[in-house]
Amino acid sequence: MRVSVITFPGSNCDHDAYEVFARRGHQTKMIWHKDHDLENPDLVILPGGFSYGDYLRCGALARFSPIVKEIVGFAQKGGMVMGICNGFQILTETGLLPGALMMNRSLKFICKHQYLKVESANSPFTNTLTPGTILDIPIAHKEGNYYIDKQGLERLKDQDCILFRYCDSTGLVNDATNPNGALDSIAGIVNESRNVLGMMPHPERAATDSVCSQDGTRIFEAIECFAAGRA
Amino acid sequence: MLKAKIFVQLKPSVLDPQGKAVTNSLSHLGYDNVVETRISKYIEISLDTRDIAAAQKQIDDICNSLLANPNTETYHFVIEEI
Repeated sequence: MRVSVITFPGSNCDHDAYEVFARRGHQTKMIWHKDHDLENPDLVILPGGFSYGDYLRCGALARFSPIVKEIVGFAQKGGMVMGICNGFQILTETGLLPGALMMNRSLKFICKHQYLKVESANSPFTNTLTPGTILDIPIAHKEGNYYIDKQGLERLKDQDCILFRYCDSTGLVNDATNPNGALDSIAGIVNESRNVLGMMPHPERAATDSVCSQDGTRIFEAIECFAAGRA
Repeated sequence: MLKAKIFVQLKPSVLDPQGKAVTNSLSHLGYDNVVETRISKYIEISLDTRDIAAAQKQIDDICNSLLANPNTETYHFVIEEI
């Protein structure tokens, strides 16, 4: 698989993402935000970090980087795009995903392991996972409180676009197991064409033997399986 | 020269955790009658023009395309001669 990882000024999880895909044997490239060429990838990664210092709103200024125009075109042609944390924020600001990421209800930056429940297998990012599967994947953000208006939420549910919800180790989804106040405990969504994923948790931080959870690999395996089927 | 004074506010339906924290702090200070606090952004933009009608259209475009997120925010502005 060919993977392009985008670096914005202020990205800080780009090398983590690069390492994970490179170690898994993929042709992985780092792409600078001022470039105009995605270099023909199968998958584009918008990594975590603080693009443009989170000025104005998280992800708002990254939207105007030259490479984002290419990413929008790539996504509109069906290319797989995965936005992690700040990448998710950029995707909502770009309009490739609905809703917005607001400040956590605690007003605090939260950095911890978090359980997620897989809600749908109907996507390239979850196609090998059974709904109800619980994954232990870290979160690290201050603006991860997902918001969408009432009609938008209904549409997400109707179109089966909610891929991950925050939960506890038993899979319980409620206010107490919701770390940041996200509406309906939403941790990750896919667009209606099902090729653009945004998620606040960091699967790339749970994908090597040197860390205590490897559950992020379950998502990367799903992507690989989908890409192999499409090739 | 013209100056646009722009207010970007969260929609009423959107929770404002910062505003809530400020309300709590005001309560600790003894201001028990404070029912709600909403935090907004205030932005000033100076324009090298005297054409108020054109400036209004331009600032409206700027708000729509960048300063406000239509999912969560509303905006309004006034334009003054400086």
